[in-house]
Amino acid sequence: MGPHHPSTHGVFRMNVVLDGEIIVKLQPVFGYLHRNHEKLAEAISYLASIPYTDRLDYLASLTNNWAYVIAVEKLAGFTVPERGEYIRVIVGELARLINHCCLVGFLLNDLGTSFTPLLYSLRERERMLDLVEELTGSRMMCNYMRFGGVRVDPSPDWLARLKDYLEGDFPKFLDEQDALLTGNEILLARTQGTGILKPDLAINAGITGPMLRASGVDYDIRKVERYSIYDRFDFRVPLGDHGDTYDRYMMRMLEMHESLKILRQALRDIPGGPATDPKAKSRGLRPKPGEAYGRIEAPKGELGFYLISDGGPQPYRYRIRPPSFINLTILEDMCVGQTVADAVITLGSVDIVLGEVDR
Amino acid sequence: METLEQLRDRLIAAFPAPDAVTLVTNPGPAAQHSLLLAHAHAREIARFLRDDPALRLDFCSNVSGVDWPDKEITETVKITTPDPAGGPDKVTEQKTKRLQPGYLEVVYHLYSMALKTTAPVVLRLRTANRADDVTVPSLTPVWRSCEFQEREVFDLFGVRFEGHPDLRRILMWDEFKDHPMRKDYVSPDDYEWEPTPHDEVLARAKTHYPAPPALTPSPAVTTKQEAAK
Repeated sequence: MGPHHPSTHGVFRMNVVLDGEIIVKLQPVFGYLHRNHEKLAEAISYLASIPYTDRLDYLASLTNNWAYVIAVEKLAGFTVPERGEYIRVIVGELARLINHCCLVGFLLNDLGTSFTPLLYSLRERERMLDLVEELTGSRMMCNYMRFGGVRVDPSPDWLARLKDYLEGDFPKFLDEQDALLTGNEILLARTQGTGILKPDLAINAGITGPMLRASGVDYDIRKVERYSIYDRFDFRVPLGDHGDTYDRYMMRMLEMHESLKILRQALRDIPGGPATDPKAKSRGLRPKPGEAYGRIEAPKGELGFYLISDGGPQPYRYRIRPPSFINLTILEDMCVGQTVADAVITLGSVDIVLGEVDR
Repeated sequence: METLEQLRDRLIAAFPAPDAVTLVTNPGPAAQHSLLLAHAHAREIARFLRDDPALRLDFCSNVSGVDWPDKEITETVKITTPDPAGGPDKVTEQKTKRLQPGYLEVVYHLYSMALKTTAPVVLRLRTANRADDVTVPSLTPVWRSCEFQEREVFDLFGVRFEGHPDLRRILMWDEFKDHPMRKDYVSPDDYEWEPTPHDEVLARAKTHYPAPPALTPSPAVTTKQEAAK
């Protein structure tokens, strides 16, 4: 199956052995987009890698930036001022909303039911991207975070408009999408009981993000590691019961509500002051020899960066731990015994972006 | 949560072998120190770390390859020789060059989902050299999440994982020869070039079809002018 079919999410292929319409064996095949981003980053400076991280997961590039700068800050021992942390949380949760919005729409498109939910999702995404564009200068490849803070401080006007949007149009969209989809007969019939993932297998296979929590494992790096300032916000980690495709869909819907909660609190409490630490050096950074592994809860799961410095201006080793790539490990276990049509929707609910899988 | 030194001591007590576990310190501000494992016990140690009730490292987050090429180290030794005439001692500097052999390294970052640990426990495995002895034991039987990542390390660094269920290239195409993440990899002059089977097909075709018979000169034909003579 695939590549270059909309339901295989771009350049992705599944080698399947079929018995009638039932899948007996399945092997994911990828690497069509491989550009060796890691090798590239080892040839340029630490700062120059930030725009390349945008290209990993192009649906949520703000969080990719964040994971990378957190790893560099661990490597070099930088701190971030209060306002910088708040801005990072705001744009990070905005990226989560954009990503989950897309996923919910595309999942229904994979089902082949209708185009309408996708159209509504993309409409809301456009509105959020307008705000992102105004802040960062780009709609998708934002290049926004810097070591020790962010590139530009958002204006009070921008924050007010974001708040306005999050209190007006966005909750309306969520309710509308909920009413349209959550109890929808076709959605229930096609997603409940398909692509079941057991919790012990999910843990052993290193699955993270909404896919893990749909299996009922309470593990969210925002709660566990409490990086940045996530210990200050009141939010809940939604959990699923069955680990099927429907639970994975529901996780995204519920997480959007929780993100909305975090965003409202952050917009309410954001303090004044500098957004970037002037002592944190970006240009010509030469960290002391050593290594660091930094990770965040990206919309798709744990996004980590492993960096080794030899004291030079370029990283000696630059490794990305992409959630999409590792979440594909047990695609076979989830699809064997199901029909071809169910495999398509199971793959859709894993939420992969091939820019991240192939790097 | 116990410190890494305590963990090392406990592992040495459980696996009494010389240098089964060595602590590798990380001088950077992150201070994520690591444990270097000997090949013979690596998989048992990994199982122990996963199943031990105080640790429960059930989540192998990240597997990464690192290439450390051969390094030439210059050491300077000062030699003091007493002056036979009774003057001050003569100090000469002697420089010796030593080749530190390189190796490939595989780094595993482990967390516990059951106990919700925040700092990773880092494991390291090293190959004997970079050329002909590049085998390390695979930890995929312990943590399934290593399956694709170890394939990636095999693909990009050329480390062979013993006991891996399905060791094939994953990101590069199957016909690719080199390991691009190694430090001494020379990138091709022409990135668009791809191996095609054309030459092989041609060679096979040559053996398959017998060569056409050589052209023999036709029997002599006398032309009209020659006949007229």
